[in-house]
Amino acid sequence: MSRHLKQRLGYTLLALAAMAVVLPILLVVGIIVAEGAPAISWEFLTAMPREGMRAGGILPAIVGTVLLTLGTAVFAVPLGVAVAIYLAEYARDTTLTRLIRLAIINLAGVPSVVYGLFGLGLFVLFLRLGTSILAGSLTLAIMTLPVIISTAEEALRAVPQSFRVVSISLGGTRWQTVRRIVLPQALPGILTGVILGLERAAGETAPILFTVAAFFLPRLPRSIFDQTMALPYHLFVISTQVPGMPVRIQYGTALVLLIFVLSMNGLATVIRSRFRARRQW
Amino acid sequence: MRERGRGKERAVESFTERLIRATGILVILFLVLIFLFLIQEGGAAFLEIPPGELLQTRWYPNEARFGILPLVLGSLLVTAGAAMVSLPLGLLTAVFVAEVAPRWMREVLKPFIEVLAGIPSVVLGFLGMVAISPLVREFLDAPTGLTALTGSVMLAYMALPTIVSVAEDALDAVPRSYRDAALALGATRWQTIWRVTVPAARSGILTAMMLGIGRAIGETMAVMMVTGNAARMPLTADSFLRPVRTMTATIAAEMGEVARGSTHYHVLFAIGLVLFLVTFLINLIAAWSIFRQRRRHGRLLS
Repeated sequence: MSRHLKQRLGYTLLALAAMAVVLPILLVVGIIVAEGAPAISWEFLTAMPREGMRAGGILPAIVGTVLLTLGTAVFAVPLGVAVAIYLAEYARDTTLTRLIRLAIINLAGVPSVVYGLFGLGLFVLFLRLGTSILAGSLTLAIMTLPVIISTAEEALRAVPQSFRVVSISLGGTRWQTVRRIVLPQALPGILTGVILGLERAAGETAPILFTVAAFFLPRLPRSIFDQTMALPYHLFVISTQVPGMPVRIQYGTALVLLIFVLSMNGLATVIRSRFRARRQW
Repeated sequence: MRERGRGKERAVESFTERLIRATGILVILFLVLIFLFLIQEGGAAFLEIPPGELLQTRWYPNEARFGILPLVLGSLLVTAGAAMVSLPLGLLTAVFVAEVAPRWMREVLKPFIEVLAGIPSVVLGFLGMVAISPLVREFLDAPTGLTALTGSVMLAYMALPTIVSVAEDALDAVPRSYRDAALALGATRWQTIWRVTVPAARSGILTAMMLGIGRAIGETMAVMMVTGNAARMPLTADSFLRPVRTMTATIAAEMGEVARGSTHYHVLFAIGLVLFLVTFLINLIAAWSIFRQRRRHGRLLS
């Protein structure tokens, strides 16, 4: 076999592998959109569930997921960006810095259900927050940190060194340089990372199982110390725990969750590509 | 007046900088806290149950039988199955995206793979239940269709985004001159890929694979929904076509119902501790090759 024929066959194999990755994604999204769309109605999105969740809408689950996502952002964004600033702008290559990086890599790899256990142990029981939106948000925030830190650090590092040099040479202090020059330049990149991190938090089930999620709670949460339903957990409940559940409602719930998550993904992609087109370096 | 204003500004500044430095340490603290809480809540299990009994083959918490062996092996089986699919598929796809695909195709493929990473595991699990398990039942003659194989397939796709994107980054980081040198010596692109580029990126590719496996072993919801959750020892040849139960699924399914402070509760935390240590080890290997890679690239550039 000539080596050029070999190359052609090899390329075909690679293309087939890529197809094998991409086609199922299309299929998954396609099936859920096709089967879920008929379930979506104004009532489905704005009403409380009725008849043991077999009828009515999923409003409390939608509201719960929105609240949890916002709660996650409140804790994870400032902290994540601060760590990223430290790593990108202040830290030298010391043992401590290496330990921090190691911790971030390992935090990113902790299984989501272990975050659930941790949240139960620390926030729900030890700090006595109970199963609450607050406990769930804190748990999700710690889980989201590594994503936000690593993408924000990358965005900060992408700002050319000359920007910093000019600012310092004009008499700016280090912090002024970070706040007025580097951060604004890196903002779109940081935003992209934040959204991707929150997207993951919005779709997670295991960390909220024991920290916030309510099986069935047909009202809206009244405070951050309240339990709440959430879309991912609701989908789990109605597809495994409730016998005689109409498939249409299951698909509808899956579609709403998918739209919620993928629109965040889309937003991140748009911000990134606009930023690339407009950036000054 | 102005002097005082500047002094105040300086004070705010040094406070902010100190705060930022402290956050870095907070990250280490979180990891340590996770470890400590798992030990605090799970450690009792090792006192309440003789170690020999934890390594038994029967998991019947209702009869106070806490043998975690079937759960550990269940996790290993499902993860191994996922690795067999996702490692080769992920590497080939990463090579395709990084080395072969034209630019426009790259721009299409990368967001697609990001979409896969964004699909919540519970959605994949749901689809696995209603769409894939009937296929498995029909074509592979498995009684329920909720099998280790179904779980492995789901897990493989959940690990793929990590594997593809990290491996692709590693391939991208290989200096252009390596490829040019190989091509100038008369190698085809195909030969260059497998004899020059991939070997040069091997530590990054190893990282990608470790991170992918780490994701698979820790995955919870999809696995819980499609593997049938029978705590049996997966030792027979047809284990892939029978239900299994993983460590993650056991915690997720049972933690909601146990009494706080009971032996069962402690054992579930102990399983969490085992999971934490296993993934910690896997990530340590991954991190080690990241650091090594960085140092090597540093040398190349200087």
